[in-house]
Amino acid sequence: MIELNDVHKSFGHVEVLKGISASVEKGEVVCIVGPSGSGKSTILRCINGLESYDAGEILVEGARVERNAPSIVAVRTQVSMVFQRFNLFPHRTALENVVEGPIYVKKEPRAEALARGKALLTQVGLAEKADVHPPQLSGGQQQRVAIARALAMQPKAILFDEPTSALDPELVGEVLSVMRKLADDGMTMVVVTHEMGFAKDVADRVLFIDGGVIVEQGPAKAVLNDPQHARTQDFLRRVLHPI
Amino acid sequence: MQSFLRDATEFLPILLQGVVLTILVTIGSLLLSTVLGLIWALMRVSGVRALAGLSAGLINVIRGIPIIVLLFYLYFVMPDLGIALSALQAAILGLGIAYSAYQAENFRAGIEAIDKGQIEAAQAIGMGWWLTMRRVVLPQAVRIVLPPYGNIMIMLLKDSSQASTITVAELALQGKLIASSTFKNTSVFTLVALMYLTMSIPLILLVRHFEKKANQR
Repeated sequence: MIELNDVHKSFGHVEVLKGISASVEKGEVVCIVGPSGSGKSTILRCINGLESYDAGEILVEGARVERNAPSIVAVRTQVSMVFQRFNLFPHRTALENVVEGPIYVKKEPRAEALARGKALLTQVGLAEKADVHPPQLSGGQQQRVAIARALAMQPKAILFDEPTSALDPELVGEVLSVMRKLADDGMTMVVVTHEMGFAKDVADRVLFIDGGVIVEQGPAKAVLNDPQHARTQDFLRRVLHPI
Repeated sequence: MQSFLRDATEFLPILLQGVVLTILVTIGSLLLSTVLGLIWALMRVSGVRALAGLSAGLINVIRGIPIIVLLFYLYFVMPDLGIALSALQAAILGLGIAYSAYQAENFRAGIEAIDKGQIEAAQAIGMGWWLTMRRVVLPQAVRIVLPPYGNIMIMLLKDSSQASTITVAELALQGKLIASSTFKNTSVFTLVALMYLTMSIPLILLVRHFEKKANQR
C-alpha cells in the first residue's frame, strides 16, 4: 500500500536519502531503525508530504505523493502521522484535538465525530481526560491522544516518528502497549523507533538505515537477532549495550 | 482654580464635539489598520514569495513615511489625481494605512510564535493553509498579539490628533481654535490633555487585562 522507488532527497548540499526503495503491505508493521541523522524521519515525512523529495517516486495506494499538489490531502487522510513531540493543539481539549480532522477536514457530522472521538479516547485509555487541555496531560497521555487523533481520520496506515523518544522512561510502556494493540488489530504501521524490544516483538519487518541508504532489511527477528551487515551489528551492539 | 472650572463648563461642550470626531477617527482607522495589517501579515507568511515580497515592500514604504505626510498626500494631492476625499475620510484612510504596518508586524510576530510542529500536525490531518490558519494558528496567535494590540490602540488614539493638520475638527484642533480665540491657553490645553487621558485610561486597563490573560497560559 506504500511504495518507495529510488527516493532521493537533499537538504541543501547534504543528500539525506540516497535512493530508498521499499514497500509496506497492508496490515504490515515495519520498523525503521538506525543512527540519528540517517534519514529515518525524513522517509516518514516524505511519505505524507511534509517534505518534498527530489527524485524517485512514492506511491500510496497507487497514487503518487506530491507535496504541493491538491492530491496530498487525500494521501494525508489515508496515512496519518504521530510525531515525536506529540504536536497536539494546546488551545483545544483532548477530545477537540481528536475530532478536529473529522469535523473540519472530512466534514463528518459533529455528533458522529464526537461519539467516535470519545470511543477512540476510551480505546487509548483516556476516556476521563476528554475535556482536559494537553498542557495538563503527561507526555504519555499526550502521545496517546495524538494516536487517537491519528486514528480519528480512519487512516489506512499510520506513520510513527519516534513516538516514545520524548517520553520519560516510565511513560514509554503505556504508549507502546497502545501501539501493540493497534498492530494486533491489523493496522498498517511504519514506526521509526529506538525501542528494539518493541521492534522485535511487534514488527513484521525491520529496515536498518544508515547514511541515507537501506543497509539491511528483513524479518524483524532475523535482522535484530542475527544482523548480517557490520554496520547493523555495530549499531545494535551500541543500542543494546550502551555502556 | 475657580476660573478653570468656569472655563471648563464653557468650553467642554465644544471640546466634546471634538471628542466625537477623535473617537470616530480612532475607531475608523483602528478597524482599517487591523484589516490591512492582517492582510499584509497573511501575505507575509503565505509562503508565496511574490506575496511575501510585496507585503515586506509595502510595510517598509508605509513605515518610512511620516503620518503627517501621508495625510497631506491623501488630502491635498489625491484631488489632483481626481480622487477627492473629505477631511475625515482622508484622516481615517491615512492613519489606517500608516498603522497597518505596525499591525502587520505585530500579527506576524504572533503567527510566527506558534510552534511549527503544530502546523505540521495540522497538515498531517489534511488541513490546507487557510484551515490551519483559522483553526490552529490564529486562535493561539490572538492571545500573543492582544497586549501589543492594546498599545497600538492607545498610540492611535493619540495620533488621531494629527488629523487636525488636515482640518478635521477633532479634540486637538477644537482646543487650538478655542485657545487662539480666547487666549486661555492654560485652561484649554489642560482640558484637552485631561480628555485624552480620560479616553486612554480604559484602554490602559484593557491592555493590563490582556496581559494578565496572556500570562495565564
